[in-house]
Amino acid sequence: MSLEQQILQFIITGITVGSIYALIGLGFNIIYNSTEIINFAQGEFVMLGGLIAVTGIQVLRLPIFFAAILAVIMVAVIGFVMNLLAIRPLKDASPITLIIITIGASIFIRGVSSFVWGKEPYTIPAFSGDEPIPFFGAVIQPQSLWVLFITMVIVVGLKLFFDRTLTGKAMIACAFQPRAARLVGIDVSYMVLLSFGLSGAVGAAAGIVIAPMSMLQYDMGVILGLKGFCAAIIGGLGYPWGAVVGGISLGILESLGAGLISSGYKDAIAFLILLLMLFFRPQGLLGRSKGDRV
Amino acid sequence: MTFRSLLRSPYTGFSFFTVLLLLIPLAVTNEYYLNVLIIIGINSIIVMGLDLLMGYTGQISLGHAAFYGIGAYVSGVLSAKWGVSPLMGLLVALVGVSVIAFAVGNPTLRLHGHYLAMATLGFGIIVFIFFQELIFLTGGPSGLVGIETMTLFGITFDSDRSYYYLVCMVMLIILLLSINLVNSRVGRALRAIHGSEVAANVLGVKTSRYKVGIFVISALYAAVAGWLYAHYITFISPSSFDFYFSIKLVTMVVIGSLGSLWGAIFGAALLTTLPEFLTIVQEYETVTFGIILMSVMIFMPRGLLRGVEDLSIKIFAKISNRSEVQEGTKQ
Repeated sequence: MSLEQQILQFIITGITVGSIYALIGLGFNIIYNSTEIINFAQGEFVMLGGLIAVTGIQVLRLPIFFAAILAVIMVAVIGFVMNLLAIRPLKDASPITLIIITIGASIFIRGVSSFVWGKEPYTIPAFSGDEPIPFFGAVIQPQSLWVLFITMVIVVGLKLFFDRTLTGKAMIACAFQPRAARLVGIDVSYMVLLSFGLSGAVGAAAGIVIAPMSMLQYDMGVILGLKGFCAAIIGGLGYPWGAVVGGISLGILESLGAGLISSGYKDAIAFLILLLMLFFRPQGLLGRSKGDRV
Repeated sequence: MTFRSLLRSPYTGFSFFTVLLLLIPLAVTNEYYLNVLIIIGINSIIVMGLDLLMGYTGQISLGHAAFYGIGAYVSGVLSAKWGVSPLMGLLVALVGVSVIAFAVGNPTLRLHGHYLAMATLGFGIIVFIFFQELIFLTGGPSGLVGIETMTLFGITFDSDRSYYYLVCMVMLIILLLSINLVNSRVGRALRAIHGSEVAANVLGVKTSRYKVGIFVISALYAAVAGWLYAHYITFISPSSFDFYFSIKLVTMVVIGSLGSLWGAIFGAALLTTLPEFLTIVQEYETVTFGIILMSVMIFMPRGLLRGVEDLSIKIFAKISNRSEVQEGTKQ
């Protein structure tokens, strides 16, 4: 492969991985938008999605499509339960308290997963074979196309949901001004509940589409969650499109850095980009800067 | 000095605590328990620093394991590769950490809330990756061996008991420094920043200077702890300084009670020993840890120490109310 072809290959890989980061970042944004909570258990939703799909395929012998739907629904329910048990009982908690609670939830979910699925890695076959498709001297895995397709479906679906449906608009309203939303008759705590479920579903979808390309393990959620968080911040926290732009740029830069500089420092590159972003443009690529409020 | 003001003085608590720490080895002779106590001491040094930053100044750091690790690795590598003495190693580590903390703290502490949390977290992960990848220096993931045991001014601290006294001494010095700091003009400035940064600024507190200053101080505490750890265990590997440890440190501060140095020590003691107790439940260990973490935050969001305090005040008020009512009926 020539250097150009290699770079093209890195970019293709980057876009694929970046789409996953984008989906996870979207999950962060959905919860952040309605609650201003950063949910450190977001990566666990991804892990659960993947592993439940594995169980659906290998134990229940479901076709992949139904296993995926089962996983998405179950993780959405787990999101509801987490909201009801761990978030709703709190009133006016400080951000630090909420961070610790979601960290506690993520530790708990990891612990339960480690004895439901054990500590060994799992994988599932690709959705439609793994015959690589040649592309200008580089190759594309069919699964990458699935990743891109499903990411696009979810992003467009969410966009339509937030723009066109009453429930979606009500959720945006909660993000904008919870008190005002309550005054116009929106059930804020119901919207928050919904946002946890939706975020769980999106996270699960991310876990299922990467299942054929990676090793699924009970502790895979941590690093994925952090990368998704990077994506959300790079794009602009709270901007749904921001997570997509942030995720894909993070994926490409990371993949180029790993290929051209050193794979050992791959994660360091991602977090270095995050730091530079925070120092020079903390509102993110798409965000508008806000003045300090007292 | 009246009896009452003596009771209120932070130095009274400090003196009792010192006596208690000195007496413990008379009761605890088991090496394993001493070892746990030493780790508690080392952890509480970092947690006190983190509490100055989080509890008093209201700034979060999810990357303090990095400073702990740098303290451990600088002195450890100097000792293992070039035979530099621990005391010299400490000095180099302190200079190094203060430069890094200053360089990182300056842009980072301009951020607030989640952004600050994420920036410090990112910094911690980057440092962790360097520990893993600079194999020629750190030995990489398999760890660094051959760190000398602690020798200071001709005294070798090679038994658990002697090391216990060394850690206690360092910890007490740091506790005393911290008590003085929070009760000084600087401490009041820090609390003003916690209350409202804008208001503090208006009142003439140079907020950014104080924030970076306290960040550097807390990083130095962590470096001292890392130095004590490296020369105690004499083997270090990156996993002791990872993201989870940073989280665990924050948890110690929060569970102990933010803004209370005693709470910090209590939190460090509790979370260091908790896994030892949880080995009884073995495979349920992480699950139980998660549940404990969540329930403390849900039911006592101000931390255990304050939570118990609040609870006892409530109960006391109830009892005294009842007795007042009873007195009323008698009359």
